[in-house]
Amino acid sequence: MKVRFWGTRGSLPVSGGDRQIRKRLKETLKIASGKHFVDEQAIETFIDEQLPFPVRHGYGGNTSCVEIIGDDGRSVICDMGSGLRELGQAVLAHHGAGNSREYDFVMSHVHWDHIMGFPFFTPAYIPGNRIRVHGCHDIVETALRRQQSEPCFPVDFSQLSSEISFHRLQPGEPAEIAGMTVLPILQPHHGDSFGYRFEQNGKTVVYSTDAEHRLEDKRQIDAFVEFFRDADVVIFDAMYSLADMISVREDWGHSSNLIGVDLCHLAGVRHYCMFHHEPAYDDATIHRVLSETIRYEEISREGGQPLKVSSAYDGLIIEV
Amino acid sequence: MNVHVFGDVTVVTPSGRIDHNSAEKLHEMLLPVIRTQIGERRVVVLDMADIPYMSSAGLRVLMLASREAKKEGGRVVIAALQSDMQEIFEISRFNMVFDTFDSVRTAIASISPNSLAAFESG
Ligand SMILES: [Zn+2]
Ligand SMILES: [Zn+2]
Repeated sequence: MKVRFWGTRGSLPVSGGDRQIRKRLKETLKIASGKHFVDEQAIETFIDEQLPFPVRHGYGGNTSCVEIIGDDGRSVICDMGSGLRELGQAVLAHHGAGNSREYDFVMSHVHWDHIMGFPFFTPAYIPGNRIRVHGCHDIVETALRRQQSEPCFPVDFSQLSSEISFHRLQPGEPAEIAGMTVLPILQPHHGDSFGYRFEQNGKTVVYSTDAEHRLEDKRQIDAFVEFFRDADVVIFDAMYSLADMISVREDWGHSSNLIGVDLCHLAGVRHYCMFHHEPAYDDATIHRVLSETIRYEEISREGGQPLKVSSAYDGLIIEV
Repeated sequence: MNVHVFGDVTVVTPSGRIDHNSAEKLHEMLLPVIRTQIGERRVVVLDMADIPYMSSAGLRVLMLASREAKKEGGRVVIAALQSDMQEIFEISRFNMVFDTFDSVRTAIASISPNSLAAFESG
């Protein structure tokens, strides 16, 4: 299996803007000071080898859209955040707009940041394409129709030329989608959200975003430990610091980087991937949170197997 | 867990590694102490010298203790964090929510200088 991240930001798409560009230029010039580049390739090498990740690349600003790719090349797309636009463009560029294809989506929930990419998903406008939308909510179709209607959007949902169908999943009941076994779980979030466990050929990836894991509810914590059990990768809503999550942002529906580490340790997970980044954080902040979380994992490991910690960014591919 | 009163400050000293499994026990022991002590004195100093590690579940108990104290018009401060715990406080941003002191002595000296004599004489 493979995981490809097209959007990793929480709540609202962000762009760095002029202040970030200026900050990056300053840092780059400082590091490049006194250097001479003989050609373009030397510049590329300098960028790759000398500039820190937040300066050379950054985490990106599209909202939730993650592609889980099976061994046979078929895939399931988790959520339709703004990252979906680029996914659609990439598929069309690779396979050609004339070749009709099938697309399977699973939906965590229908909050705006998880559906806003669909009106910009070009394959939905092309006759012959088949789009299947799977989810546990009964209002997925309604939400997609509403966001794509007057006065919010000029092209009504009913004018989409592809064949779009909706399929209801039940928490706790595994389904077969695109050659993978997909198990949903109910998550604590406003209006409910659902996490999904994908299994294929002995490998497991969990997509669990927009979930507020309440530490006081031991039964619920234990249920998620079981859900994450022995997973190769867990993609986790690590939006807030622990202090924020359980004080000023209590009941906002999201979790913390530290709770993710603790749950993954208890569950024997191999790779913990932080996701749904706070839109107010710049690249340097997300990067600092990553190094702090890696440190917390070391402190809390207690002789158990090491847990790889990473922070998702737009464009990241994880080979499972 | 030890509880000592020095003048108008209460010092509470929990001990052990606090994780997913032991947080509940800390909760059951600490919260009643906070309730009774804050009723009589304004400040509880949590002496962390015997806590090598706390997971998110343990940190949550500290947050609840602080909330409980505030409800009664008092507060909880943190003293004598071991080095790993110092890091965990920074990583979790608990250092921005709690006043922390290097030692119980500096905590008392800052909160209630009058109580320092009682602390020094043991
Ligand atoms: Zn979201
Ligand atoms: Zn949401």
